[in-house]
Amino acid sequence: MIRLTAAALALASAAPAFADTHTIAPGEGAQERLQEALILAEPGDEVVLEAGRFELTDGLSLDVDGVTLRGAGADASILDFTNQAGSGEGLLVTSDKVTLRDFAVENAKGDGIKSKGADQIVYSALRVEWTNGPDPANGAYGIYPVEASNILVQDSYVRGASDAGIYVGQSENIIVRGNFVEENVAGIEIENSNRAEVTENLATRNTGGILVFDLPNLPKVGGGDVLVARNAVIGNNTDNFAPEGNIVASVPAGTGIMIMANTGVQVLENALINNQTSHVMLIAYTQDFTDERFQPRPVNVTIRGNVYGAGGNSPDFTGGDLLAAAMGGALPPILTDGLHRNLSIEDAVPAVSLGLTTVGQPLTDAKPEMLKPVIAGKVAQLSPVVLPAEMETRLK
Amino acid sequence: MRAALFALCASAAALAGSIAVGATVMDEPAVNDDAILQGMPRALSEYAFFIDGARQLPNYEVVRYELNTPLYSDGADKLRFVYLPEGTKLVSEGDGLLEFPVGSAIVKTFAFGSGENRQLIETRVLLHRSDGWLALPYRWNTEQTEATLALAGARIALTWPDGEEISYRIPNKNQCKACHSKQGAVIPIGPKARNLDRDWLTMMEEERRLWSVPQGADTLPVWSNAEQFETAALARAYLDVNCAHCHQPGGGASNSGLDLRWEQDDPVKLGLRKPPVAAGRGAGGHAVSIAPGDPSASIMVYRMSSTEAGIAMPELGRSTNDHDGIAVVRKWIEEMPTS
Repeated sequence: MIRLTAAALALASAAPAFADTHTIAPGEGAQERLQEALILAEPGDEVVLEAGRFELTDGLSLDVDGVTLRGAGADASILDFTNQAGSGEGLLVTSDKVTLRDFAVENAKGDGIKSKGADQIVYSALRVEWTNGPDPANGAYGIYPVEASNILVQDSYVRGASDAGIYVGQSENIIVRGNFVEENVAGIEIENSNRAEVTENLATRNTGGILVFDLPNLPKVGGGDVLVARNAVIGNNTDNFAPEGNIVASVPAGTGIMIMANTGVQVLENALINNQTSHVMLIAYTQDFTDERFQPRPVNVTIRGNVYGAGGNSPDFTGGDLLAAAMGGALPPILTDGLHRNLSIEDAVPAVSLGLTTVGQPLTDAKPEMLKPVIAGKVAQLSPVVLPAEMETRLK
Repeated sequence: MRAALFALCASAAALAGSIAVGATVMDEPAVNDDAILQGMPRALSEYAFFIDGARQLPNYEVVRYELNTPLYSDGADKLRFVYLPEGTKLVSEGDGLLEFPVGSAIVKTFAFGSGENRQLIETRVLLHRSDGWLALPYRWNTEQTEATLALAGARIALTWPDGEEISYRIPNKNQCKACHSKQGAVIPIGPKARNLDRDWLTMMEEERRLWSVPQGADTLPVWSNAEQFETAALARAYLDVNCAHCHQPGGGASNSGLDLRWEQDDPVKLGLRKPPVAAGRGAGGHAVSIAPGDPSASIMVYRMSSTEAGIAMPELGRSTNDHDGIAVVRKWIEEMPTS
C-alpha cells in the first residue's frame, strides 16, 4: 500500500502515469471515508466528491503533494461543517501542488479552507460561505493561503467571513482573480505578502472591499508590489462585524480599497461605486511596534485610471461627518491620513489628506487639506506575476 | 529483570511456540522490527510492543518513561514507551530533542479510569523509518484485546471520573502530523532531554541505550510537584510543552509570530502586548495575546479557556479545559509587571 518515497517524488515531479480517482459519496461515515481518501491518495490522484451534502464533525486535512480535490460544482458538492466539534478550520492543506475546485465549504467553526506552506496551490470555482451572513460568531477567513509561494485563487465565492473572505498572508507570487466576495468584513486582504495581483474581482457589501496591509512582528514583514486592477468595488457598507481585537475591526464601514503600511501598490482601472466612507484610503499602522524591519507608512502608491461613482457621503470614523459636511456633504474619493510617502494620484478627482505628520498622532490633530493630482514623471511598473505554467494547465 | 523475563520466555517459546507467563500468553517475544520499518500494520499487536496490551506490559527493549511537564489531553492518563533496536543508542542534541536511531519507535497509550476500571482508548505510535518519522493512531476495542489502525481518526463519547460527558477525539494521521511537525517533516515532540527525569536518563546511559546524559537535562519543572516551583517556570514549561510544537519558527502556527518555546525570551514573541494576526473570533474582544497583569484581557487565557472549535487552543488534542494549566498561566500573567 505504501510506496517508497522515491517513487512518490518521481510521480510528483513528472506527469503521473498511474493517477487514481477516488470517488466519495455523501452519507453515513463520510467523515472517515473522505479523510481516509485524503490520507491514502498518492501524488497525482484525484479525490472526487459526488454531488450532495457531506455532514462533517471534524476538520479535514490534506498532506499529500499533487492531489486534486474536486466536486461536482460549488452548489452541488457541499462540505457542511455546521456540526463541527474540533479543528481550527474546515479543510487544511499542508502539501504542495494541490488543486481545490468545484465544491463548497459551509459554516466552518474557524477558517473555511486554510493552506499553510502549500506552494503552487490552486483554489478554483469554490464557494466558502457562512450561510447566516454577517455574524461575529462566524469563522475568520474563507479562503486562507499563508506562508507559501505561487498561489492562484480564482472564480470563487466567499460570504460571511468575520475577518477576510479571501486572505493571503506572508506569501509571494499571488494571483487573486475573478472572485466574488460579499458580506465579509474584508472582501479580499493581501497581508505581509509580495508580488500579488488582485484583478477582476467583484467585492460588494463587505465592510471594506480590498485591503492591502503589512503588520509588524510576523515572520515575514515588508509586504509590497501589489497590483489592484480592474476590480468592481461596490457598496461595501456593511457594519463592521469583526470580533473586537482583530486588526480589521478598525476598518471603517464604507471602505472601498484600503492600503496600510505597504510599499509599491498600484490601484488601476477599478470601478469604485457607493462606498460611503472612502473609495480609496491610505493609512499608516498606528499601534506600537518594536519590529525594526517594519515601516508603518504606505509608500510608492499609484492611483490611476479608476472610475468613481458616488461615495464618501457617510464616513464611518470620528469627525468624519463634520469633515464631509465641510466638504459639501461627501468626502472626496481618495482619503489619506497624510502619512504616505510618494503618492501618485493620476486620476482627475479630488483627494483629501488629514494632514497628520507623525505616525501615531491622534485624529484630533488632523489638519485636512486637499491634495492635487500628481502625474508622476516615472512610476515604476510592477512586473507581472507569472505562475508556473503547470498551475494553469491543471485546470484544463 | 526485563532481560531475565525475556530469556525465560524466549527459551520456553523455542520449545513450545508460545507460553503462558502468569495470565499472559506470549507467542512473539521480539518486537517486530519489520512492522516499524515498513507497511502500515492494521493491528497494534503486530508490532509486539507489549507482552500484554491490556495491562500495557512492555516487551523486552520497550522502556517506559515519563515527562516532567506532560502535555494535557483531556485529562487522559498516558503510558509512554520507547523502543530502540538492538545495539542502537539515543544521542543527545544539547538540551533539545533526543535523536532516535532509525528503527526506533515511540509509543503512547491514552487511558481513562484506574485499576480494574481502566479503559485504554488509543495508542499512538511514532515510527522512525529511513525516510523519516511516521505517526499512526490505533483505537482500542471495548474488550481491550486489540487496537486497530484509525487512519481517519474517530470521536468517542467518554464519561470523566467526575461525571462530565466529553467527546474525545482520536486524531487522524494528518492531525498527528499537525503537532509532530517541523518544516513539514514529522518529528517527536515529547522526549526532550530538558523534560526527562535525570534518573531515567542515567539508567538509559547505564544500560547503553543513551550515549550520555546531556547538559540541560531535567530542567523543566516536575508538574506533579508544582508547589516546589516558581510560577513563571511552571507557566513557561506548560507553554513549551503544550503550545510550542506549533508556536515556533517552522511549526504549524509559525505565521502567528508567537514563539512559545522554553528558550525564547523576546517578550513580544512570547505574546506580551502582541496584537493578534489571524485569531478571528479567537481574539475574544482582546487586543493582545498577553496583557501583563491582566489575564482576563489576554487572548492566550481566553483561548485556553474555551472548548469551542475556532476559539480553543490548542486546536487539536483536547475537548475539555485544563484547569490547572489555565490557573498557572493566569497567575504568571497576573504577576507580570504592568510597565
